[in-house]
Amino acid sequence: MSTTALPHVRLDSIGKRYSGTKALDNVSVEVAAGTVHALVGANGAGKSTLGKIIGGVIRPDEGQVFVGGRPVRYASPRDARTDGIATISQELSPMPHMTVIENVYFGIEPRRAGIVQFRQMRRRYAELVAEWGFELDGGARVESLRTADIQKAEILRAVASDAQVIVMDEPTSSLTSIETEKLHRMIDVLRERGKTIVYVSHFLDEVLGLADTVTVLRSGRLVRTAPVAEETEESLVAGMFGAAAAAENFTKPAPATAPVVLDVSGLNRRGVLRDISLQLRAGEIVGVAGLIGSGRTELARAVTGADPVDSGTIAVDGTVRHIRSPADAMAAGMAYLPESRKDDGLFLELSVAANITFADLRSVAGRLGVLSLGRERSRTRELLDLTSVRPANPSAKVGHLSGGNQQKVLFARWLLRNPRVLVLDEPTRGVDVAARAAIHRLVNRLAAEGTAVLLISSEIEEVLGLAHRVLVMRRGSITREFSADPPLDAVMEAAFGLGGRTIA
Amino acid sequence: MTAPTDPAASGSLAPVPEPGHPAAGDAGAAGLRLRVTPQHVRDYGIIVFAAALFIYFTVAASTFLTWDNLLNIVYQNATIGIAACAVTFTIIAGNFDLSLGSIFALSEVLGAWAAVHWGVAWCFPVTIGSGAVMGLINGLLVTKLRVNAFLATLASGLSFGGIAVGVTHGGLLITPSSSAFTFIGQHKAGGIWDSAIIFIVLAVVLQLVLAYTVFGRHLYGVGDNRNAARLSGLKVDRIVIQTFVITGAACGLAGLIDSSMTGSGTSSQEGLAGQLALLAIAGVALGGTSIFGGVGAVWRTVLGVLMLGMITNGFDLIAVADYWQNIVRGILIIIAVAIGFVVDRR
Ligand SMILES: Nc1ncnc2c1ncn2[C@@H]1O[C@H](COP(=O)(O)OP(=O)(O)OP(=O)(O)O)[C@@H](O)[C@H]1O
Ligand SMILES: [Mg+2]
Repeated sequence: MSTTALPHVRLDSIGKRYSGTKALDNVSVEVAAGTVHALVGANGAGKSTLGKIIGGVIRPDEGQVFVGGRPVRYASPRDARTDGIATISQELSPMPHMTVIENVYFGIEPRRAGIVQFRQMRRRYAELVAEWGFELDGGARVESLRTADIQKAEILRAVASDAQVIVMDEPTSSLTSIETEKLHRMIDVLRERGKTIVYVSHFLDEVLGLADTVTVLRSGRLVRTAPVAEETEESLVAGMFGAAAAAENFTKPAPATAPVVLDVSGLNRRGVLRDISLQLRAGEIVGVAGLIGSGRTELARAVTGADPVDSGTIAVDGTVRHIRSPADAMAAGMAYLPESRKDDGLFLELSVAANITFADLRSVAGRLGVLSLGRERSRTRELLDLTSVRPANPSAKVGHLSGGNQQKVLFARWLLRNPRVLVLDEPTRGVDVAARAAIHRLVNRLAAEGTAVLLISSEIEEVLGLAHRVLVMRRGSITREFSADPPLDAVMEAAFGLGGRTIA
Repeated sequence: MTAPTDPAASGSLAPVPEPGHPAAGDAGAAGLRLRVTPQHVRDYGIIVFAAALFIYFTVAASTFLTWDNLLNIVYQNATIGIAACAVTFTIIAGNFDLSLGSIFALSEVLGAWAAVHWGVAWCFPVTIGSGAVMGLINGLLVTKLRVNAFLATLASGLSFGGIAVGVTHGGLLITPSSSAFTFIGQHKAGGIWDSAIIFIVLAVVLQLVLAYTVFGRHLYGVGDNRNAARLSGLKVDRIVIQTFVITGAACGLAGLIDSSMTGSGTSSQEGLAGQLALLAIAGVALGGTSIFGGVGAVWRTVLGVLMLGMITNGFDLIAVADYWQNIVRGILIIIAVAIGFVVDRR
């Protein structure tokens, strides 16, 4: 780390406007070479927009970007990449049908006379993986990977192209703590070798532990840029929201006598899930912990009819239901908030209102399936208020919202349905601390009203903070169960298995 | 057109500012002006386009802006328009249909055959019904056998076309002259051809279904994100099949109108049948409906089809050669489709 480094990237009075919204307004930031520079701010503050401008994904309306003292105006991310700037975006978008190796070397394939040298590519990949200590099967197709592994592939892609500046937009939003730890060690190595990292995150403890400098944005404006040594979580939150956000403490009633709402027994799916049995009582929040790849998402998908199962029964309110599709599960009173909002959740081309009401259109339709657009708008507004989506505009296109606000929209969709059983897979992914607290309050309130909640989260604190009971998964089966407030260490140990070997 | 409402699209034409960023101090002041954003250009450029073309022909050809001529454009494009409006459903739901012309030809031939052998009254259910069945076949190929829609309808289209030739032995089937049969194609109500009325009524109905019903909303969802639609509890396959059936039935209706105009059923690919799919899809694309699904509207397709028709009509009036018409059509389609990409790249 050098304190006298010249700014590698300098942003001078940057402005960016989208119809009706100033995403960035007169923002000036200097990112010194060889440092980790964090960007923090509430959902919609303009962090991704700033990252995209550095990475050449979009161009500013006003202001000038300097790289190594040179004014630049990139026409595309490709231009930026040739200048040594790589972006790992919030909504990962690699080529799904290609292998990891092909993705990593896409566009920079070693060639001879125009012919791609596959053998050399594989050798280089092996070296790369060894050098950075990131295990990832290079032959796996990207579409078969979990988000965390795609993340790894993207990082490898950045270092493979010898990027000097890497923009990482919420790289840890779907990583477990172990993997976050790994990523941070990797970033340390990158910094030691003189690379510059622009790091966007909602996890303030991460930012404080990792970054050298932090820039706080609020509503598209620069609040301040300061060395992390001068900041605390409280000071950052105050900068982000203009006021301190109150910490949440949930009282946890133990509804041990409430009726069983969801009863899953003997669920099997070859190679994925083994003999899963679990019960959810009315008003109970059951957390599922486990490493990535332990089968948490697969469990959620199997229970909610998204994936087929080989055997097992699912009963809701005491009646065995034959669940072969999400439609069946919903008819039985279940709702499933999927892990990936972009792939499985949102309709990016449709409006906020259309997205929120999509799973329950009958509730805003009259006879013959004719929609009442007025009723739709008013119901949407209520839910937007509850989930604090910004801008709270029912006719805004969801694809134009910031990542965290998109996540809130998805949450609102399932809130509208008022299900008996709510299965949440990473419900607060990419959501800022204030909105996260709001979502936690809502989950709690739903439970208090009698909904049974199955909560999956990579963030162990979220699971422990909310759940009445915690199930630990490992290699496709439930290996441990903890009742209220288990110690973190015990859960982590169980997730790793007794031998403490990593799976991910 | 009525109700050019496009609930799925974000932009609003109204000069009401979007509620800006709550904390951005000057958003209110800046938002009060009517700003024409690139999104507006992309979403509503087609209207400006159509208006410009309209004005040009009005100035260039004195006979263009007459009631009769305008009605004539609608009349001449009724069959294409009917097929195009229906296939807009299929395309918004993320699929494609290249078999429009063959469904049109075969249903027309089957209708004529039924009229000859079973009586004229049979013609109506047989054309529309056989079109629907052919659509059902397409839908099943695409959903149950998971054949890519492009290939499935290319292949089924070849077969349907072949059957039509087989039934007619390559010629015409002359239908018995009966006023009941020729009614649709050769009759005017209030000075307007029945076929033109059918086209416009169908377009209005389909647009209303798309914009204001649960089914319409589902089409946008399936086309935009299939996985998300399924996880939201939709029976995606069933919806896709329905779009193909609607399109097939509409092509049958177009076939009925065509054979009613000529008093015969023909399997010839020389005429409209050979071009129907391309013209209809060109109209859809020109209107601004995304061929990737999830975005679009029936009123757009009506504008697109009428613009193509206007080019034929206007250029004929000012005596421009045929090949120029095609060149201009091609360029317009490219511009219409490219606008979206250019805007998105910004
Ligand atoms: N393509 C777009 N069209 C319209 N508005 C946009 C577009 N992209 C971003 N915005 C708006 O710009 C603002 C800043 O968005 P940005 O994605 O930079 O936020 P963010 O700080 O990354 O938030 P998050 O933490 O939720 O990811 C938001 O109000 C968003 O709605
Ligand atoms: Mg963001």
